[in-house]
Amino acid sequence: MEKSIRKFWPVFVLPTLLAFVIGFIWPFIWGIGLSFCQFITVSKVTFVGFQNYLSVWADTTFTHAFVFTAAFTVVSTVLINLCGFGLALLLTRHIKGTNVFRTVYFMPNLIGGVVLGYIWQTLFNGILTILGKPLITLNATYGFWGLIILMCWQQIGYMMIIYIAGLQNVPPDLIEAAKIDGANSRQILFKVKIPMVMPSITICTFLTLTNSFKLFDQNLSLTGGEPAKSTMMLAYNIYDTFYARSGAQWKGIGQAKAVVFFLAVVVIALVQLRITRSKEVQQ
Amino acid sequence: MSATKATRRVNAVLSVLLALLCVAYVYPIFLIFINSLKTERAITTATVFDLPIAETFVKFQNYITGITSMNFLQSFWYSLFISVSSVFLILLCCSMCAWYITRVKGKLSSGMYYLCVFSMVVPFQMVMFTLAKTADTLKLNNPYNICIIYLGFGAGLAVFMFTGFMKSMPVEIEEAAMIDGCNPLQIFFRVVCPILKPTMISTAILEVMWVWNDYLLPTLVLDIKSYRTIPMAIQYFRGSYGKVEMGPMMACIMLTVLPVVALYLVCQKYIIEGVVAGAVKG
Repeated sequence: MEKSIRKFWPVFVLPTLLAFVIGFIWPFIWGIGLSFCQFITVSKVTFVGFQNYLSVWADTTFTHAFVFTAAFTVVSTVLINLCGFGLALLLTRHIKGTNVFRTVYFMPNLIGGVVLGYIWQTLFNGILTILGKPLITLNATYGFWGLIILMCWQQIGYMMIIYIAGLQNVPPDLIEAAKIDGANSRQILFKVKIPMVMPSITICTFLTLTNSFKLFDQNLSLTGGEPAKSTMMLAYNIYDTFYARSGAQWKGIGQAKAVVFFLAVVVIALVQLRITRSKEVQQ
Repeated sequence: MSATKATRRVNAVLSVLLALLCVAYVYPIFLIFINSLKTERAITTATVFDLPIAETFVKFQNYITGITSMNFLQSFWYSLFISVSSVFLILLCCSMCAWYITRVKGKLSSGMYYLCVFSMVVPFQMVMFTLAKTADTLKLNNPYNICIIYLGFGAGLAVFMFTGFMKSMPVEIEEAAMIDGCNPLQIFFRVVCPILKPTMISTAILEVMWVWNDYLLPTLVLDIKSYRTIPMAIQYFRGSYGKVEMGPMMACIMLTVLPVVALYLVCQKYIIEGVVAGAVKG
């Protein structure tokens, strides 16, 4: 059978492969090439070697964005996973109204980042005005926590769904056995449930880490990087370097920033997967 | 095991707390809704929490203004067309590709598979500039063929999900079909596709959620002056480009949120299953 399918490869693989080359492979390779060049339009490109990469680290907005993004990623990943797991535990207790709660908590996920940003900007500015504080685009601290709250509101439901599925797959006889052996509910949670849902924890931390690190839409619409680019995250900083700065050098630097950003995402993903995978137990 | 009186009481308290949290969850959207019914003067940061009263209540005037001044229906059509065409193309091409990858062993298969996995990690910013240029050169820069770009950039997740499912599909059914005289295309559409239906739905949901809400890719690829999807329109009019007042803006946000929420309430079961399936495979 393999042989006859192989003959049909132009039908089965070629369309996807072509689109993949157009939409991913070629732009990716070209992007790496351009990161070593200075250019304004792609028709006039001069090779500058590693110059762009050196300029990346000389740009203080980028280093600031790196620190800001790292802090944001850590805080949001911890909060989202703790809250998501907590809610999942509560919603697997057979409480009245569980289905309604699950439906409502998941809903914000379906709303796009740009729209979410504006909804929350309206809300935050209203609250800050009542408290007599400056608006969210005028204070970097509020901007940071505003982004955290927004991100939690959007992502907790998603992670909760994954954790609920994980918890429902824990065999009830394991918990029963632990109870007979005299385990209290805290011991059941830490010694039985958490080790058993470790695959869910792996995937949820992976998703929250990469989502937070790559955040763009919400950042653009909630704070717009204000005040003075101090709430600008990496993805937005790269966009800003490409499309909002004038000067012959910036497009090349932007592309170099993008390569650095990509490498950072790969490193984070690999390290995280290695750490959490090692804690998984055999089912 | 029957619940004791104490646990029942705890559950009742939790139930109330979770219900309060639900109210907090819905409140931001409710806030936009009440403001979408108010006059322009009544929407300032100081009065944003006030309910509309007789003098500030304008019925659905903001909705009418919003739809006409933002050209909302056109944006809605673009968003809808792009989402439907892209997701259809992704489902068709990626499931075929994934079947080839699982059933034929070779350099092409394993190469495609690893590239797809790799592409899922790459952030969009890495390729955004060159991708927009490529799309311009190939004239893929209008809402009617941008789906090819989405197929290219979205293939990773879809191929990964399909291969994950197909690995557990018994090859015997397909072999039986082959002995009965089916060619590979017939086998795929008559035998594999029906088995694949649940995974198709899950993948479709994940991809729709991505394409419908995507802002940056259409912004960079499409010409913003002639084609605006809904996220683009919202950002365009909130940004410094156009002049749209707060009231109509709120109305348009409501019009953006409502269809999504309605769709969610109808196919909730599939959406949640889709998310779980995506997580397990991912």
